[in-house]
Amino acid sequence: MTKIIYVEHNGTEHEVDVANGLTVMEGAVKNMIPGIDADCGGACACATCMVFVPAEWEAKIPPKEDMEITMLDFCEHTQENSRLSCQIPVTDALEGMRVEMPESQH
Amino acid sequence: MSGESAGRARGIVVVGAGQAGAQAVASLRTGGYEGPITMIGDETYAPYQRPPLSKKFLAGEISFDRLYIKPVEFYAQANVELVFDTRAAAINRADKEVLTGDGRVFPYSKLLIATGSRVREINVPGFDLDGIHYLRSIADVQGIQSKFREGARLVVVGGGYIGLEVAAVAKKHGLHVTVLETADRVMARVVDPIVSHFYERVHRAEGVIIETGVTVSGFEGNGRVEKVDCGDGRLYDADFVVVGIGIIPNTELAVDAGLHVENGIVVDEFTRTSDPDIFAAGDCTNHPNGVYGHRLRLESVHNAIEQGKSAAAAMTGGALEYNQVPWFWSDQYDLKLQIAGLSSGYTQAVVRGDPEAGRSFAVFYLKDGMLIAVDAINRAPEFMMSRLLIAQKAKLDPARLRDESIAMKQIVQ
Repeated sequence: MTKIIYVEHNGTEHEVDVANGLTVMEGAVKNMIPGIDADCGGACACATCMVFVPAEWEAKIPPKEDMEITMLDFCEHTQENSRLSCQIPVTDALEGMRVEMPESQH
Repeated sequence: MSGESAGRARGIVVVGAGQAGAQAVASLRTGGYEGPITMIGDETYAPYQRPPLSKKFLAGEISFDRLYIKPVEFYAQANVELVFDTRAAAINRADKEVLTGDGRVFPYSKLLIATGSRVREINVPGFDLDGIHYLRSIADVQGIQSKFREGARLVVVGGGYIGLEVAAVAKKHGLHVTVLETADRVMARVVDPIVSHFYERVHRAEGVIIETGVTVSGFEGNGRVEKVDCGDGRLYDADFVVVGIGIIPNTELAVDAGLHVENGIVVDEFTRTSDPDIFAAGDCTNHPNGVYGHRLRLESVHNAIEQGKSAAAAMTGGALEYNQVPWFWSDQYDLKLQIAGLSSGYTQAVVRGDPEAGRSFAVFYLKDGMLIAVDAINRAPEFMMSRLLIAQKAKLDPARLRDESIAMKQIVQ
């Protein structure tokens, strides 16, 4: 289990333990954390699971593949540190990672 | 109130434990509804995602527990009563009760019908032989996986999404795969011939045999299917068969209850049926769509999720209008097909990229110049931009759409 902290756009924090091997998206959805819709269930098809990943964690997660880059490019609230959380597998290296959520996923 | 239901608090009852029902339950609790919720489902499992069933789950790439929409513990924590392996048999609208097949009675204040759909069964001689499978549930997939042996001969009946996704996974597992499609091309119901022919080319390149314009007339075998007969002299050897010829909305409960049903349970944009205390969401509904200006019955996760949210709002006195551009996806081999909108009635198909070579292009569907749909194969920008433009009813210049030197973000003049 790895501790991930999800921060809603309004500042509300949710600290949960997520099983390694699940994705950051699944950790949110399965813990009823609002702010991540994940309509497609993790197929990188919908771009409704965006989070902002602080720079210090970037090196610890796999780089974006082309599909994710282009999907993010068309999301309304995309920033430089945006990621689709369905594409981030949870590992020990992410212990204590804080991810922030955008104002909306649409 | 009848005897069996005595003492039961009247609350929200959800019939159907699929994507729409699960979304409604989650939205009810996150929305602050604290009253009783009972969910009745005819499967053994808590609500799970169906799209991966013909994709990653069939391929053995994700485990069973990752299919769950919410963890099993969620329902207890959220104080949701789960009644599984149970079929709702009737709705007594006068007394506001749901009756189950095993004689139990569930009184409701508000009722959500989220019964989804079931597979269309093939009605030809030999239909009941062993080895003929459908794909709709976890149990169905487990049955198919038990036949997944390298070198086994699989005949897929139906060249739609399910059939082609199964063919792709089976091929990757080293099976001999033949797809039989009645129409003159695969996916004929949903895409332009350009896209059909592309998928036929890719499947053939991967080693799948695709036969179009053939109709199965029967299955032969001694207790177990051994041959698929097409009645025109063509006979295909099969160790097992997967049939994917469409789905039928589960509307019988609503019909029997006297609700307005016409190609699905008729609801408004807030999921309200013709009974003020009964709502419906997901595959089983026929709902208005303001983007297209007519009614739709959709078979998609997006539709189930959004109507689930609207139903939760409506059952608790709110109003969340459902009025969005439908979208769908299909994964086959390394192809991600993303579809936005509905192409029926298009007057022009505009191609961006080369469908004859490679594995990445998009087809835009225009109706009198207005974008109404897109099929995007490994083309996320085309898909994402089109979702916005369809909602805006944008008129687009076909020459610009074809011109790949113009980025999708600049496609509107």
